[in-house]
Amino acid sequence: MNASELASSYDLVVIGGGPAGLAAAATAARAGVATVLFDENPGVGGQIYRGITANPVRNRAILGEEYWAGSALAAEAKASGASIVNGATVWSLDRTLTVGVSIAGQARMLTAKRVIIATGSLERPFPIPGWTLPGVMTAGGAQTLLKAQGLVPTGRTVMAGNGPLLWLLAAQILRAGGRIEAILDTSSRLNWLRAAMFLPDFLLSPYFKKGLALLREVKAKVDVIPVGNVAAVGTDKLKEVVADGHHIPADLLLLHQGVVPNVNLAIAAGVAHRWNDRQLCFAPVLDADFQSSVPGIAVAGDGAGIAGGTAAAERGRIAAIAAVRALKPDAKIADPQTARQRLQREEMGRAFLDELYRPVAALRQPEGDTIACRCEEVTAGQIRETARMGCEGPNQMKAFLRCGMGPCQGRMCGLTVTELIAEERGTTPDEVGYYRLRPPVKPITLGELASLPISEAERKAVER
Amino acid sequence: MFKRLGDTGATLTVTIDGKPIRARIGDTVASAMLAAGIDHCRTTPVTGAARAPYCLMGVCFECLVTVDGVGSRQGCLVPVAEGMKVETQLGKREAGR
Amino acid sequence: MTRTADVVVIGGGIHGCSTALHLALRGLKPILVEKDYAGRHASGVNAGGVRQLARDLAEIPLSISSMDLWEHIQELVGDDCGFESHGTVLVAENDAELASFKERVDDLRLRGFTHEEMIDQAELRRLVPAVSEHCPGGVVSRRDGAADPFRSTQAFRKRAVEKGAEVIEGVTVTGLSRVGDVWRVETSDGAIEAPKVVNAAGAWADRIAAMLGEPVPLTVVAPMLMVTSRVAPFIQPVVILRGRKLSFKQLANGTVVIGGGHLATPHRDRNETVIDWEKLAISARTVWELFPIMRQATIVRAWAGIEAYMPDGIPVVGKSSTSEGVFHQFGFSTHGFQLGPGTGAMMAELVATGSTNVPIDGLEIDRFRKKR
Repeated sequence: MNASELASSYDLVVIGGGPAGLAAAATAARAGVATVLFDENPGVGGQIYRGITANPVRNRAILGEEYWAGSALAAEAKASGASIVNGATVWSLDRTLTVGVSIAGQARMLTAKRVIIATGSLERPFPIPGWTLPGVMTAGGAQTLLKAQGLVPTGRTVMAGNGPLLWLLAAQILRAGGRIEAILDTSSRLNWLRAAMFLPDFLLSPYFKKGLALLREVKAKVDVIPVGNVAAVGTDKLKEVVADGHHIPADLLLLHQGVVPNVNLAIAAGVAHRWNDRQLCFAPVLDADFQSSVPGIAVAGDGAGIAGGTAAAERGRIAAIAAVRALKPDAKIADPQTARQRLQREEMGRAFLDELYRPVAALRQPEGDTIACRCEEVTAGQIRETARMGCEGPNQMKAFLRCGMGPCQGRMCGLTVTELIAEERGTTPDEVGYYRLRPPVKPITLGELASLPISEAERKAVER
Repeated sequence: MFKRLGDTGATLTVTIDGKPIRARIGDTVASAMLAAGIDHCRTTPVTGAARAPYCLMGVCFECLVTVDGVGSRQGCLVPVAEGMKVETQLGKREAGR
Repeated sequence: MTRTADVVVIGGGIHGCSTALHLALRGLKPILVEKDYAGRHASGVNAGGVRQLARDLAEIPLSISSMDLWEHIQELVGDDCGFESHGTVLVAENDAELASFKERVDDLRLRGFTHEEMIDQAELRRLVPAVSEHCPGGVVSRRDGAADPFRSTQAFRKRAVEKGAEVIEGVTVTGLSRVGDVWRVETSDGAIEAPKVVNAAGAWADRIAAMLGEPVPLTVVAPMLMVTSRVAPFIQPVVILRGRKLSFKQLANGTVVIGGGHLATPHRDRNETVIDWEKLAISARTVWELFPIMRQATIVRAWAGIEAYMPDGIPVVGKSSTSEGVFHQFGFSTHGFQLGPGTGAMMAELVATGSTNVPIDGLEIDRFRKKR
């Protein structure tokens, strides 16, 4: 579909084609709600089911059955009658529920009666010395290459960090015939103390057995080294990884310390967010139906707080049921109770994982010359010093140092900057707050913007 | 840095800075560059440091390249097409590129 | 606890901060009250133009006195505020426009103002090589330039504090009353008493004026701006248009700021603005035509600061018409940034001595009542 074929308004606009978006679009469209789903990737699936509709990986065991569960969701959405548009970048959403979207270089504005933001999560910043060097990549990035393009790391690969995704990727690389020199485990042993109280729930959760098997599978083949710090070393590209005195020559370093909500679109739309101290990130303030502080806008999936892919789909369904009930009170729609129960089961054990894989402060709050803002190359030391000189918040910091003002719009540095200011000023991240985010949340070219159709009002103004 | 898992489908040709490389249908510009062993895709406007694709999911903006004359495209979101001309992006670019 | 001061300045924009600084420089003790933080709104997020060009006659004396301060801004505030002077160029898009510009420049000369200067096509292309060939000439004000708005406002704030002003941020003024021969300013954090009050509350200044029984027809507006990612340097002066709304400037870091007065929807009680992309698309089309070189540049951010607009497009500056000891300094109608330094100096003189040498005729608050 190209931009000129879009309607000027929809009952429901779903943004993001991962599990939450797919489930939401399918649920709403089946109930007769005019639904469009915009997804910026070439195919649906989001990150967790990346490449699900055109996967080059023939051996299903490599990615695991959990991945292939995404096929059913994609099929369900496709059959539902929802308009699914890939390669569509939503760059603006505001409290009037006006959506700015670009497809193949053509921009359009359209309006919605309801919006479900399902933009998921992104990997938490991992600001260590040398993390901007070519050869350093996120674990999620390597997993995307494996899922969508069937690319496996070659050469000397080192992984560092912690969290379920790190172990899953390690297993997938090994199953695909890849080799991993070492996994540098950055978990703090103290995390066990905090996690222990949530262990009973976790033992009952679906993650327990799967997780344990995964750990065994990886540890049988790879050296796992507990470390307190990690640095990537090299001049124009990665040469070695240094951690607690270990020097490991490497061509590729894959970093991961958990995922956090991708908040840019929601914050730009005016949705209120709050610091979540267990997940160490900002998450939107939502009701039980995932409706936000902005009337008509819901946030589903991991964007609502990290809970994983299966939970994301249930959240998408719950948000969509609420939208259907608001838009078409007479429509036949399932009671959300079933989805809520399934969600609750999925969310069980999450607290244990959050505590167990809580990233250590040293790897969230860097020092000295370590780059915090990759786009504008602003160091942690500069941010700390500016905070000590009186800068109280990330927005003032932006004005002083330009951190967060590059093309990524703070996605790679926002949490780091907030936590650094909080640490230096002896206050909390909630008190410090996050960047005020401005549209376009994804850059658009001047030509794209100029391509917006001329409105009736403007035409009259020119004719006059 | 990366190899392909077996023989996976039809190929096409794109050029990177004028040099032809083979890519697979289903590749993005970023994945094609990584598969071809190209170790960086741009230099930064601030210090001129080399950067390579980092997140592969459209959020880090490290894989910015010029595609068919249009600058600052996110290489990880642009599917390759036969004959596509990709250029690495050098620091302070020309206006409009 | 009630605090006391010589002057309470309400509003921490560049005007309030400049007035507080100049009051302190005169040996007075001002307390500045700001509801958010200094430079949070229009003063911190405007286009940064430091422009004498194309100003209303009533503002020209303030603008010229401000320019003298901008040119020595380092000495005044201890920071260069990112100020650079490469002129402002008003580009004519056709001969009729050029002729009307000449009338204005000739008129200014008769009044003794020489800062605006006609330029022909050759000089226009020398100053702005990238401009489209359809433009026949324009007007330049060579001393004009641009500064970093947030940094400037913060520099004024910082220097004001160093010179003895007190700045209280995150505190809202809730009431204003006369108690004996002082004003009692009620705030969300206690009262302050002072013989003099300056209302520099920008988009919220009408609420302060209303507390004095002095309503003003202030409109809350939010002029939109957008900025591109870094591009190679290609233009030095600030470029503005008359027929179509556009201001265009490349910053030293290579990013290009595009504005010109298309308006977002302001929500002043939420400190929030909603961008109107269809209007920004008009700006994009204008840039597309005027600077073909910019067509593939990427826009990374659009925003709008909340500010006050007066019906005649010029500010309210001077004594209150109803309340002894109260002074107004607001309503700069989307072009107040350049006026900050000089207006603060003038206001400090007016507050301290009861009169000023800088003409401010035509900017009185009671002009709106007289007209009716």
